[in-house]
Amino acid sequence: MRSLAELAPGESARLAANIKPSSRMASLGFVAGTEVRVVRRAPLGNPIEFEIRGARICLRSEQVAELAVEPLATRGGLEPPVR
Amino acid sequence: MSVAVAPGSTARPMTIALVGSPNAGKTTLFNALTGSSARVGNYAGVTVERREGHLTKVEDEVRILDLPGTYALEGETPDERIVHEILNGQIPGEPLPDALLVVADATSLRRSLGLVIEAIEHGLPTLLVLTMIDEVKARGGRLDPAALGRELGIHVLGVVGHRGVGLAPLRRFLLDPASWPAAQRLPKMAEHDERFRRVDALCAAAAADSLGPDTRSDRIDRVLLHPVFGLGIFALVMVLLFQSIFAWAVPSMDAIDAAFGNLAEASRTVLPAGWPADLVADGILVGVGAVMIFLPQIVILFAFLHLLQDIGYMARAAFVVDRVMGWAGLQGRSFVPLLSCFACAVPGMMAARTIASPRERLATILVSPFMTCSARLPVYALLIAAFVPATSVGPLGLQGLVMLGLYLLGALTAFATAALLTSTMLRGQISVFYMELPPYRWPTWGLLGRQVWGSASAFLKRAGTIILAASIVLWALMSYPKAPENPRFTKVEQSQANLEASAASQLGHFIEPAIAPLGFDWKIGVGLVASMVAREVIVSTLAQLYAVSDSADSFDLREALRSDIDPETGRAVFDLPTALSLLVFFVFALQCTSTIVVMARETGSWKWPTLAFTYMLALAWGGSFVTYHLASRIL
Repeated sequence: MRSLAELAPGESARLAANIKPSSRMASLGFVAGTEVRVVRRAPLGNPIEFEIRGARICLRSEQVAELAVEPLATRGGLEPPVR
Repeated sequence: MSVAVAPGSTARPMTIALVGSPNAGKTTLFNALTGSSARVGNYAGVTVERREGHLTKVEDEVRILDLPGTYALEGETPDERIVHEILNGQIPGEPLPDALLVVADATSLRRSLGLVIEAIEHGLPTLLVLTMIDEVKARGGRLDPAALGRELGIHVLGVVGHRGVGLAPLRRFLLDPASWPAAQRLPKMAEHDERFRRVDALCAAAAADSLGPDTRSDRIDRVLLHPVFGLGIFALVMVLLFQSIFAWAVPSMDAIDAAFGNLAEASRTVLPAGWPADLVADGILVGVGAVMIFLPQIVILFAFLHLLQDIGYMARAAFVVDRVMGWAGLQGRSFVPLLSCFACAVPGMMAARTIASPRERLATILVSPFMTCSARLPVYALLIAAFVPATSVGPLGLQGLVMLGLYLLGALTAFATAALLTSTMLRGQISVFYMELPPYRWPTWGLLGRQVWGSASAFLKRAGTIILAASIVLWALMSYPKAPENPRFTKVEQSQANLEASAASQLGHFIEPAIAPLGFDWKIGVGLVASMVAREVIVSTLAQLYAVSDSADSFDLREALRSDIDPETGRAVFDLPTALSLLVFFVFALQCTSTIVVMARETGSWKWPTLAFTYMLALAWGGSFVTYHLASRIL
């Protein structure tokens, strides 16, 4: 499985079901099943800007290296049903 | 759970606490609700800014308390801990709030509802206000506050805070929290992911669609955060900031200077000659005036900082420089506090409360006093204008370059000290960085004006209290005891003799041996002692010292400094090496009582300010010594 830190800018993925985010990261919306997109890296390469739950959050790559992601195609996360 | 009481049935006003994440529009809403009744203070024992006001037009009944922005109610940073403690009634003298007004940004509901659910779980009567509902529509999203309210079991109102949309119904609800639907007590969830699972279900049920992208912010960010130009733009913003302080402020500074000069002359004609006129003209007006000149620079600096914050660039700046700050063991969040320190270290150290990692927060606080605060500016400006030749080096003025050099020296020393601290005393704790980039927004000019006025009035208050008191005390020390009248003396010689006989002179001569190796005479010594209260006091002290011994009608401090001759050696008291040495001393030394007190409160111990004071004094003495002797040899 890939880690969130490995995604290239523009790529989207879903946070894997087995991740163990810190409570700080979880309060920012980094919880299992959430879709996340890498917007860009800072001009010096780090931190990384993510789009998650409608907000833009910057985290350092070493903070998200432990967060596994899966491709968006695999459903079964917590995405609300499509109406 | 506390029970809300109907208005009027109790002596105590009802307290409603404002809870919300950073950038949710909480402060704008707070200002719209409380208007001019808003007051800023501190919580007992801590320096977290405490903002409260009364709901306008219902003075005694509803008190609104604006809490620091937070993403969760657990309280990890000192700022968030205040929210946690208020909501649990753990702060002495703060009653448990009667109700919570939760503020959430409607454009990021899937994130902000997490905090809303946590607040409802807390069990106090809760009302949800959704801000930025106009942006939801503009971005093609749908939002039905009533449907969301039904799902959550509480009242949900949409507002556009800065335009006053939706405030009238909100005010009616705030008058009577007892009537709010008691949210069905949500079971306390242990984990954030359970809450977000509920949020996702809620958004689906309430038809709160995800919005189209914020194309305006995206377009701006593609330029401002560009991989190559991003750093250049950041540098440009910083250059513009300093340019505005040093170039644009000059005309109004000259005007204030002239006004105080005229006032001093006028007071001499009105007041009886002798000590009353001397006290007012040489003591109060010269002393306070010497500091008041810097009001324009302080207003411009604060306006710039608040503007960058309000439009959303500060968070971007933190994102851009995080890596660089990391080299010194700091982080992007250290940037905003350190930048604020260019105005004053006190708000700077307080702004460090948003840093989640204790190590980086402590390092940021400890190096804050190295950043060139506005109180140093008067000292730098005076000495540079008096002693650095106004020649140019290529397209740049030498005086401006020296000023820039002093700022850089302070910032680089802060950096080096942070690196030293985090690799020795503060080694080994983990780093936590997170930063939300809010959408770019036009500033609310009223709010901006209010913020700038708040900062400027704090400066004016200092000028009217500390500086005024110091001016009077120093004038007395410089004027008494007087030397016996000598009929053979000219007026100038007599005032020189009086000054030499004064208590200030004796004090200055007492410490002269300690500072003589730095090129300082006893007059500078008096100024240094006085500047331990606050740095800018040295300017008023020098102004007074020279004004007291000066007989000319119009007094020019720069000219007086340049032409002062030591009666024993016949050499100039003040020359370029002495001026440079004094400048270096001010770059390094921690001469500020408020900084020391606030540092002790913020770090919870006197150990850190003691360490900082000693370290900085040693650097100041050593730096000045080296500067004086190098400069004397070379120049």
